[in-house]
Amino acid sequence: MAILSKEEARKILEKALSYSKADGCSVSLNGTDRGNIRYARNSVSTAGENTNVVLGVSSNFGKKLGTATINEFDDASLEKVVRRSEELAQLAPENPEFMDALPQQTYGGESKTWSEATAKITPEYRAQAAADSIGPAAAKDVTSAGYLEDSRSFSAILNNKGLFAYNKETGVDFTVTMRTNDGTGSGWAARSVNDVSKLNAATTSKIAIDKALQSRNAKALEPGKYTVILEASAAADLVRLMLNMNARQADEGRSFLSKKGGGTKVGEKLVDERVNIYTDPWSDEVPSSPWQNDGQARKKMDIIKNGVVSGLFYDRYWATQKNVAPVPFPSNAIMEGGTASLEDMIKDTAKGVLVTRFWYIRPVDPQTLLFTGLTRDGTFYIENGKIKYPIKNFRFNESPIIMLNNLETLGKAERAVTSEGQLSLFIPNMKIRDFTFSSLSDAV
Amino acid sequence: MKRRDFIQLAGMGAGAMMLPMDGFTQIVDPSRMLDPLLDASQKKVLADVALNTTKSLGATYTDVRIGRYLNQFVITREKKVQNIVNTESYGVGIRVIANGTWGFAASNNVTTEGMKKTAERAVAIAKANSKFQKEPVKLAATPSYGEVSWKTPQTKNGFEVPVKEKVDLLLAANAKALEKGANFVNSQMFLVNEQKYFASSEGSYIDQDIYRIFPNFAVTMIDRASGQFKNRPAFAAPMGMGYEYMDGKAEDKILLPGGVTTYNKSYDMIEDAGFAAEQAKQMIAAKSVEPGKYDLVLEPSHLWLTIHESVGHPTELDRVLGYEANYAGTSFLTLDKWQTKKFNFGSKQVNFVADKTQVGSLGAVGYDDEGVKCKSWDLIKDGILVNYQAIRDQVGIIGQSESHGCCYSQSWADVQFQRMANVSLQPGKEQLTPAQMIAGVEKGVYIVKDSSFSIDQQRYNFQFGGVLFFEIKNGKIEGMLKDVAYQANSQEFWNSCAQVCDARDYRVPGAFNDGKGQPGQINAVSHGSATARFNGVNVINTARTI
Repeated sequence: MAILSKEEARKILEKALSYSKADGCSVSLNGTDRGNIRYARNSVSTAGENTNVVLGVSSNFGKKLGTATINEFDDASLEKVVRRSEELAQLAPENPEFMDALPQQTYGGESKTWSEATAKITPEYRAQAAADSIGPAAAKDVTSAGYLEDSRSFSAILNNKGLFAYNKETGVDFTVTMRTNDGTGSGWAARSVNDVSKLNAATTSKIAIDKALQSRNAKALEPGKYTVILEASAAADLVRLMLNMNARQADEGRSFLSKKGGGTKVGEKLVDERVNIYTDPWSDEVPSSPWQNDGQARKKMDIIKNGVVSGLFYDRYWATQKNVAPVPFPSNAIMEGGTASLEDMIKDTAKGVLVTRFWYIRPVDPQTLLFTGLTRDGTFYIENGKIKYPIKNFRFNESPIIMLNNLETLGKAERAVTSEGQLSLFIPNMKIRDFTFSSLSDAV
Repeated sequence: MKRRDFIQLAGMGAGAMMLPMDGFTQIVDPSRMLDPLLDASQKKVLADVALNTTKSLGATYTDVRIGRYLNQFVITREKKVQNIVNTESYGVGIRVIANGTWGFAASNNVTTEGMKKTAERAVAIAKANSKFQKEPVKLAATPSYGEVSWKTPQTKNGFEVPVKEKVDLLLAANAKALEKGANFVNSQMFLVNEQKYFASSEGSYIDQDIYRIFPNFAVTMIDRASGQFKNRPAFAAPMGMGYEYMDGKAEDKILLPGGVTTYNKSYDMIEDAGFAAEQAKQMIAAKSVEPGKYDLVLEPSHLWLTIHESVGHPTELDRVLGYEANYAGTSFLTLDKWQTKKFNFGSKQVNFVADKTQVGSLGAVGYDDEGVKCKSWDLIKDGILVNYQAIRDQVGIIGQSESHGCCYSQSWADVQFQRMANVSLQPGKEQLTPAQMIAGVEKGVYIVKDSSFSIDQQRYNFQFGGVLFFEIKNGKIEGMLKDVAYQANSQEFWNSCAQVCDARDYRVPGAFNDGKGQPGQINAVSHGSATARFNGVNVINTARTI
């Protein structure tokens, strides 16, 4: 029963809300069906499915808020959970930052997040995807390890001011690591899609197998500043880290967007003028729900326009403190690309490093947005327009702000899978000069 | 990697707030958390339903975990209470071997009917998976313990302490930091209780009641003129203790070189919040480090994380074998190195013990999540790699007959697998205090408390930051440094270990939420050590201009 229709969800939410005796009440219903398969050492290790629906009730008396949840939906259970949220609200201390529920919002059209093909994924599909990865790997003396997870979910909210919103979403995430059996080569590829018909596990696995074979017996290069070509995943893994443009932190003086002496960097040039990043819930490539969990409407909006900080994200409380309209945090980010293919960029490089992906990226200094991490699963030396040989992995210490000031070329954009993080990104491959590699790693 | 979520929570405002809740977790009334629901005899009746069902369907092994997982979070900033959340997750996970293959199913329906259905599903999944199986599962033998129980030793159950008392403590700590000039302070209290009932087809019925506590804060100091800001976290450790950890007893306070106070088996949060504001101010004014080779003197509140990443993870056998290749990675401590019995992981001073029994540690339990009685064992002995961390279906691969007892699942809904035990550096045998150690260093940096961390997927190359850095010149502390991070290769680093202070300086910090697996699961683990010295380590300067 995990995926309820708009009408079914509304009926349950209306029933729950009818029991409310509080000053304010918001009810939400979220359901997910999830399936996964995991394999390693060329063999399936685990496979499973789970399903769950949870109703959440937030009741408030003045600025005192209580929240309770339940996963049973008969009338008695619905009344019980509403009463419990009210009891908790009465016990809670006042939250000075509490915001009243929103009235009905206008959402800009139907979302693009649902795919029937993904909704119909079966255990057999998952098993076949694993087989399409394991078989070709074994044939090339390569060991595969991968993970495929698919989900179908819905979210609905209703409050006592009459706001109702509903969205349903599907998604598939597939990642695979291929390691050569001599232990000297490793390759990785990943795809994230809403519509599973855009995923081909065999094709994705072949990319990882080829990278593994090409990356065998890597040579060591001296650490230092290099021109790098970052594949979309590597680029996305650093760019995502600058997109938490929280207005409150910037205003408070504890963000890379805070200015000396006070104020923020909104309206100032932060990175190369060719950098344009925006968020758009109706993107065909990285669609997201048109509303966030408090019911606020998400909109298409610029984040960085021609290298200039366009605006920051304000939660509703902070917006009232600053007398501005609230700005929902982005659910996706689209960075405009160019026309160059990865091959074009390699051809156009006299000396450089091609990076497949980054790994274990952690903050070093929040002031400058300096991060450290490593290359992984396919790092290559480029000379005179050609890939010359695989190289050992590097540790980097770099800030995405410095990196996007050292932009050479933007390539074609694609949907990228990052090593961690939830944000969906559509982002170009990119060439960057003076990227700081600070030490060598023996890891394969 | 959920640990990061907590760091974000501690470091920043509400925008970065994330609570570790899955879809099966319910928000409940705090009074419900003291209601025991079922006693052990009632759980045994239910578990036997599952055991009988799976046996009748042909399973050759079954374990049943009836689990109730309670969490309490109290979250404040400055003078405001931002959130108080009480959660409960209650259900059963049943794992079976049928046709030589694992099968697992879980349900939140903890009734006779629910046990039966879930048991049937687990067997069906095992049978379906068996067509992919290349080698049948072999379990190392473990004794049948009969009906036994274990409880975290504690004198104050944190769940019995009124929420108001916790709120008052956090707000008092915030007030102290603000009084000392802090611009911002975010503080939190996390409490965990795992009520786990384990029953196996081998005749063990194990009832465990496990508690953990983690107070934390981030004090932010801003210098508006220069635009610089620094965050100073709490010098508390997450512990496998009750609320007595918050007593802040005088005998648990330790004055470190450099005039820094830290804490051992209990924590004075209000006092520390005041120190935090003063130190954050000093951190802004500190001298930027000159990059180069330094002898590092690493305090236990810092060294635990280096141990976790460079010793704890690479000695996990599932990583060595390749089961984590697609996510967390593999390990440089390959079986061939172990087989030589000569692989010098570190200097002679380096002795690492894995331990699931240390009192007060996060990993301490009586029995692991597959019914194996917990113990301690050597991983690195006099610098040599001597063993790994392995569970019942793995120890046979390394020619051993007894599981190490480090199997864990984060909830009833997730399948148990090998997780890190407490991995701790043993204190030095010679009498040596941190002050005496520093007196012997010509050019060095003394580092207190962990911060930034990153390591490659085979655990060779790492980089760590810290919170307080003191310059050591000719045996004396000269003042505070900033912009410090050190980089090394794990094996070279542990071979550069020249001295370890004695047992008087031994403390047990740890990680509340270490992540591993796909889908990801968290684990709590401690890493004890005394202050240790590492010679000639590469220090970089992390200052940049944007």
